[in-house]
Parts: sequence; structure tokens; C-alpha cells
Amino acid sequence: MTTLTEAPPAAPEPQTRAPRRRRKLTPYWLLLPGILWLLVFFALPMVYQASTSVQTGSLADGYKVTWHFATYWDALAEYWPQFLKSLLYAGLATVFCLLLGYPLAYLIAFRAGRWRNLLLILVIAPFFTSFLIRTLAWKTILADGGPVVGALNALHVLDVTSWLGMTEGDRVLATPLAVVCGLTYNFLPFMILPLYTSLERIDPRLHEAAGDLYARPATTFRRVTFPLSMPGVVSGTLLTFIPASGDYVNAQLLGSTSEKMIGNVIQSQFLTVLDYPTAAALSFILMAAILLMVTFYIRKSGTEDLV
Amino acid sequence: MALLLWLRRHLVVLAGLLTLVFLILPNLVVLVFSFNKPKGRFNYAWQEFSTHAWRDPCGVADLCGSLALSLQIALWATLGATALGTLIAFALVRYRFRARGAINSLIFLPMAMPEVVMAASLLTLFLNMGAQLGFWTILIAHIMFCLSFVVTAVKARVMSMDPRLEEAARDLYAGPVQTFVRVTLPIAAPGIAAGGLLAFALSFDDFIITNFNAGSTVTFPMFVWGSAQRGTPVQINVIGTAMFAVAVICVLAGMLLGNRRKKQAA
Repeated sequence: MTTLTEAPPAAPEPQTRAPRRRRKLTPYWLLLPGILWLLVFFALPMVYQASTSVQTGSLADGYKVTWHFATYWDALAEYWPQFLKSLLYAGLATVFCLLLGYPLAYLIAFRAGRWRNLLLILVIAPFFTSFLIRTLAWKTILADGGPVVGALNALHVLDVTSWLGMTEGDRVLATPLAVVCGLTYNFLPFMILPLYTSLERIDPRLHEAAGDLYARPATTFRRVTFPLSMPGVVSGTLLTFIPASGDYVNAQLLGSTSEKMIGNVIQSQFLTVLDYPTAAALSFILMAAILLMVTFYIRKSGTEDLV
Repeated sequence: MALLLWLRRHLVVLAGLLTLVFLILPNLVVLVFSFNKPKGRFNYAWQEFSTHAWRDPCGVADLCGSLALSLQIALWATLGATALGTLIAFALVRYRFRARGAINSLIFLPMAMPEVVMAASLLTLFLNMGAQLGFWTILIAHIMFCLSFVVTAVKARVMSMDPRLEEAARDLYAGPVQTFVRVTLPIAAPGIAAGGLLAFALSFDDFIITNFNAGSTVTFPMFVWGSAQRGTPVQINVIGTAMFAVAVICVLAGMLLGNRRKKQAA
């Protein structure tokens, strides 16, 4: 994951010892099994999904390709609120991840000294417990009448969030805030690690130079540190936003029925309702939306050599 | 005034440590609640201290069976993805060939795709082929999504390798096989190990793709998901805590060993 940010150094010169014809074929033999696996179990399913999305019929009589594109319009017309909610929750979670993750990545990169490795382990350590168990733990932490909700209430945070429509009354559980909190928690390490890799690469002498040139710490951060950490910011936000937008675990475990995200709809259409064309169309729309946004975002942020 | 100044200087440290608390807090809750004796079916509210779950971790039907299945799948998926991924990584770094760009994007796309999309499309393939959902479909899916991560990890390592080491081995009359086994592989080993570990972690903890392609087979994450609906046994927290402890001990031991080796080398 963290390697996404690394700029590829020039590949070593190809060796010229082996006989020419055999050498020409070697890379293809090396690639064959893995690439075949990806073609059959990643690319081909996309084709099947596209074909399923334009089929009509019923589970009993079987489905046939009828180029029924209306499924897409019907699916969008019925489920646009869930699409918007997914993008909103994932977007909020990404912003929170950046705000929470940046100080920690900065701390580990510049201030931790000999504690650096320990802190890095602490960032990765939560991964070792299944994420479903950890997400369920938030049910306890955010429980009604618990200390966290009590503190948020006393600080009048809940008044603000209910005014924004993120919570209701004095509960947090089963509200949008709980879902965003769960998403933020689950994807935070994916933000911290790329941020850390790009911050760690910054030469500390640049900070000294900025200070020598009478830049205040805030100015140094705004003009030197932050711009140099942009590759980490870009890959961190992508690694957070993409999985968060398709997630249905947090909405299911921490939200109520009104916080259903598009992932929940796709899951229930596929596994419970068994309306395969609608489910395939929704999944296709999600994929297209994500790919479009990611391409646009990478162009905009000017780090096309990211991948 | 002095306090304010101190706060300003250490603001980033405080904020960073708060984030760390946010990250670690759920693990502490899981640990504490593994000693709980809940009244109802759900283990969300503290009742009283008890070690009953620790004394009988397999006391819930299907729990340890699902754990064994998850470990088995993770092991095979790791082997498969690491083997296939390492070959791809070597081809990408060491050779120039046609269709390089297309292959790079084919490897990047699975990492840039929401899991639910891959899960759903793979299910349409299996349904169309009439495949029996279960162990094999889960394994196929896991190898598929772990592959890209292995390629990225191994590629980073192979790219930073000094090609002159291999030239030196050949100059000293090592054959191609000998060069690969005695020189290339040992240098690439940390990257391959990192990729393998990542694959193991991803496969063991995967829920979304497994949820779509498992049929009625229950892996450990599937068990936890089901119990969130039916009632969460305390044993889940015991397993979660034990996994956490084992992994942290392994990491710390690895770190200590690495430090000692570094000292010996110096």
C-alpha cells in the first residue's frame, strides 16, 4: 500500500547473456499464470457483470440479454439517495482521516525519535484483530448514555451535529455520525501510512532552511512541508475514499435502516432479493463513478506518476 | 503563559497521540469485554468479571471450525498469490516487453476498485458458470485480490536491488539457476515475505468478497458477521485479543532479532 507513493527508479539494463529468442519469451512465461488469473477472475467477471446488467427475466425462468438499459435508469431513480449518502459519508470519513491522520504521521516522521518504530507498530497493530470485531467494539464505545455520548453532550457537540442532521437527540449509535465514525476508524491506517512515507522522505534541513529564512512554523508548514507531502495526501485520500464508498459493514453494524449506503443495496439485491440485473447495474454505476472521480482527482492534483 | 507556550509547541504531539488513542481504543474494549459475563445474547454492555470465555474459547458451536477454515484459506491464498505475484514482479522489473502499460493497469485496478464491485462481478461469473460456491470460490477470489498487493510489495524490493550483484555472481561462474537461488532470491526475500504477510492478513480478515462468494461456507469474519445479528459470544473477543497478542509478540520479537543482528554486523 505504502509503495503506491514510491516513484519508480529507472529499471536496470536488461541482461544480454541468454540467447535472444528465449529471452524474448521469458517475461511472457513469468507473467502468464498471474495475468491469466486476473483476466479470468477479475476482468472477465466485469464483462459478465455488464452483460447481466442488461438482461431481463426472472430467477425461475432464467435471464436473457435483451439490452434493457432502462434497468440503469430505474436503479438510479430508485437508489440515488443511497448513492449520495455513500459519497457523502465516504467524503466526510476521508476528510476526518486526513485531519486525524496528518498530525500522527507528522509526529511519527519528525518528532518521535527512538519511539518511531513503536508508534508505527501501534498504527498497524489494530489490524491484527479482525476488523468486524473492532467495529462491533464501537457499539460499546458509542452506547447510549455511555461516557463518550455523555461527554459529547456536555460539550454541546451533539447539538451542533443534530442541527447538521448527523445525529438525533442524544444518541450517536444508529445515526450518520456513527457510520462516519466507523468508516473513519476503519480506514485511518490507510491514510496514515502513505502520509508517513511521503513526510519521512522530506529532508529536515529544508525546515531549518525555512526557519533561517525567517519563516514562522505555520508558514514553513504551509509553504514547505505540506506541498512536499502532497503525494501522500493524494494516495491516502484515494486509499480511504475508494473502499469507504463501497463499504456496507459500518452502515449495517453502526447505522440504522436510514443510513443504508449503496454497498448495502448491492449486497441485499445480490444475496437476498436476488434481482441480479439491478444489482449488476448498481455495481457498474458505482465502479464508473469511482473511476471517473479518481481519474479527475489524479489529473487535478497533478500526480499522474502516482501509480 | 508558559503553559500556553508549551501547548503551542507540542500541539502536533498531543493531536497525534489523541489519534493514536482513537486507533487503539477499540482493541482495549475488545480486550476488556473478553472478561465480561453478559446477561443477554449480546456482549455490548459490561456486567461482571469472568474468565469463562478464556477457559473455553471453543465453547461456541462453529466458532473454532470457522477459524480453522479461515486459517486454511489464508494459507493457500498466501502461497498462491505470493507465487504468482513474485513471477509478475520479476517480469515487470527485469524485462522490457509489449503490453507493459496494459498489464500495469490490470494489476493496479483491483486495488483501486471498491471491494463490493469485485465481489458482485465475481459472483455473476460463478453464477453464470454454475459453479458451486464454497471453499474453492473463496480461495479463487482471495488469490485474485491479494495478487496485486504482492506484486507491489515484491516490485519495490526487486527495483531497489543492485543488478551488479548478479553480474558479479555470473562473473564468478555461477550458472543462471545458482545465481537465482544463491543471490537473487535471498536479496528479494524481504519483499516476498512482506507481500506474503500482507496477503495472509488481507485474506484472513476479508469479509466483503467472501460474503458474496462463500455460499453457505462460514469463515471466521462470516461467523462474526452472523453473530452480530444472532448474538455475540464473548469467545469472539477472546479470539480477537489472542490474535492481537500473538501478532504483536511476533512483530516485537522480529524487531529485537533485527536489532541484535544489526549490532552483530556492526
